[in-house]
Amino acid sequence: MTQLTFARAINAGLRKSLEDDSKVVLLGEDIGALGGVFRVTDGLQKDFGTHRVVDTPLAESAIVGTAVGLAYRGYRPVVEIQFDGFIYPAFDQIVSQVAKLHYRTRGAVKMPITIRVPFGGGIGSPEHHSESPEAYFTHTSGLRVVTVANPQDAYTVIQQAIACDDPVLYFEPKRRYHDKGEVDESVDQRSALPMDKARVLTAGSDVTLVAYGPLVKTALDAASAAADEGISIEVIDLRSLAPVDYAPVEDSVRKTGRLVVTHEAGQSGGLGAEVAASITERCFYHLEAAPVRVTGFDIPYPYSKLEMHHLPGLDRILDGVDRALGRPNSLTGLEG
Amino acid sequence: MSTDETGHGGAKTPESAGNPGGTGQDLLQLITPSGERISHPEFDFWVRDITDEQLCSLFEDMTVIRRIDVEATALQRQGELALWPPLLGQEAAQIGSGRSLRPDDFVFSSYRENGVAYCRGVDLTDLLRVWRGNASGGWDPDSINMATPQIIIGAQTLHATGYAMGIQNDGADAVAVTYFGDGATSEGDVNEAMVFAASFQAPVVFFCTNNHWAISEPVRLQSHIQLADRATGFGIPGMRVDGNDVLAVMAATRLALDRARRGGGPTFIEAVSYRMGPHTTADDPTRYRDANELEDWAAKDPISRLAGLLERKGLLTPELQQQVKDKADAVASGMRRGCTTMPDPRPMDIFKHVYSTPNSWLERQQDHYARYLASFGDPADAVSEEGAR
Repeated sequence: MTQLTFARAINAGLRKSLEDDSKVVLLGEDIGALGGVFRVTDGLQKDFGTHRVVDTPLAESAIVGTAVGLAYRGYRPVVEIQFDGFIYPAFDQIVSQVAKLHYRTRGAVKMPITIRVPFGGGIGSPEHHSESPEAYFTHTSGLRVVTVANPQDAYTVIQQAIACDDPVLYFEPKRRYHDKGEVDESVDQRSALPMDKARVLTAGSDVTLVAYGPLVKTALDAASAAADEGISIEVIDLRSLAPVDYAPVEDSVRKTGRLVVTHEAGQSGGLGAEVAASITERCFYHLEAAPVRVTGFDIPYPYSKLEMHHLPGLDRILDGVDRALGRPNSLTGLEG
Repeated sequence: MSTDETGHGGAKTPESAGNPGGTGQDLLQLITPSGERISHPEFDFWVRDITDEQLCSLFEDMTVIRRIDVEATALQRQGELALWPPLLGQEAAQIGSGRSLRPDDFVFSSYRENGVAYCRGVDLTDLLRVWRGNASGGWDPDSINMATPQIIIGAQTLHATGYAMGIQNDGADAVAVTYFGDGATSEGDVNEAMVFAASFQAPVVFFCTNNHWAISEPVRLQSHIQLADRATGFGIPGMRVDGNDVLAVMAATRLALDRARRGGGPTFIEAVSYRMGPHTTADDPTRYRDANELEDWAAKDPISRLAGLLERKGLLTPELQQQVKDKADAVASGMRRGCTTMPDPRPMDIFKHVYSTPNSWLERQQDHYARYLASFGDPADAVSEEGAR
């Protein structure tokens, strides 16, 4: 066990994958000598060479498009998109090529491509550096979308994503990059909890609180604050966003009867809507109240001085918990 | 070329596609439109080994793929195919380049390179699967070293470049060859592919068939300079060849392949040809182009041109003509049989190959749909198409 930051944990996972499989190659902007703008690939080019850790020209569509060609050739490319807001030039290559080529070749060609995306806000950045674009990709069949919320998962899930024969978008909560946690590097990714499984973090009996990525920590803080008031919250880290592992959420909601989902991304058409609808379909008769979404607003990511109004914080999550419990809350008296 | 024709393409129809002007290079030509073999100090070298027998074989391949094209168009008209993109007029560009490749080279093409697929040895039934609406894909790309054809314009050029980077990593001397049209040269992906290919000196050949029309848009709307000259700006050598001259195409392709194999990096070939048919069977070119233009190009027809050369050499015997016709007819009837006897897909097939590993979301939907189909009383996988609706 060692204490590692999130960024170092991903770095260690990438290093392990590069060591284990000679077909793993990394592509991205500034990932070589600089080690990436967040230093996630620090030292890898020095140790594995410029042919396995490739600094590319600045063209996101080409980074993903050449990864497709490398996959055709039998490689297992790992692509870094520098910031969430920079992924859109690669959108066609991701949704029309990466996601569909297995289908379009009737299973003959696999696309074991991992696309790493630092996502989310809270770091005071200018525009295009704080977005949460995950729902575009969870809506795209053929892709798998995962997030990580602690350094241990960051270490194992990146290896699972790379080993997966399907394409995986791996969303990294950038405001947690410097958070430290225990990482056991002896854990074999094959025996660790699979990347498409959710994890119950705290047992609770009153409300089920579903979060992922950067808001898992906020959700845990909210649960701990609620406990002081005698409210017992069960926090679930979804981890996988496509597909969502509903079984533990269903089990939890059957017990608590109340569901709150939180994410930084805007509300409409987001993951929260999907989780709320699916859980309602599956556990309608166990629900004591309508599912509650505590999310970012349907606005462009705002300027940094006001970003904390957009991002669900501990208090807004607890306000949502109060709504689920029918306790006095900010919307008391408002219909619908 | 008047300055008017090199200006911004407009909405005026019908009109000549023209070609972008500028100080571009001469068109490489080894056979004149009337079938005369003309010598070239540099490029003769690249076809020096082509025997009379091979010329006859090129003639056969070009005739066969034209026949395939005619047959597929007929199948579409008869309701057996949903759509077909004809290659009429582009036979020399496709056969000349396709026949220059080695089995271990890898092709990333657009949807129109059916002649190249023929050179790669595609099963013609596989060629029709997608156009018949029977499957999401035609063939296993690794079986003929040709990727599933690309409909998103230009996207495949990046795949070829990435594949070529993989060849480089492997220390192999194969080449990735990507085919695209004049319209694709405006796409970001094609430009990005050239940036990457140049930067990494990847063994990739950019084969651009300038057939003058991107559906209804003339090539001068895409570019103010000759397409081959665009490559120079990326630091990639560009060649402009007569795309209706099979020997010129072959010479240029062989040079480009040789350069790539020797570590000399990418090459851009502009094969100047003409799309004599519609964009697809759903298109109507009379709405946007002049019939005279088609006539002009018919006079430069790639197959007549090679036939002219064979005639001059005394090779175009009645026996050869009969043999080629018989071959084309046999291939076409085999393709027709493969098309019309293709088994219909089963409803549950739509769920296949979305993922290569189990996916809980899809498994649930698949299970629910199977139950829905079963509610009609048939076993889920045997329900008729009417039942599935």
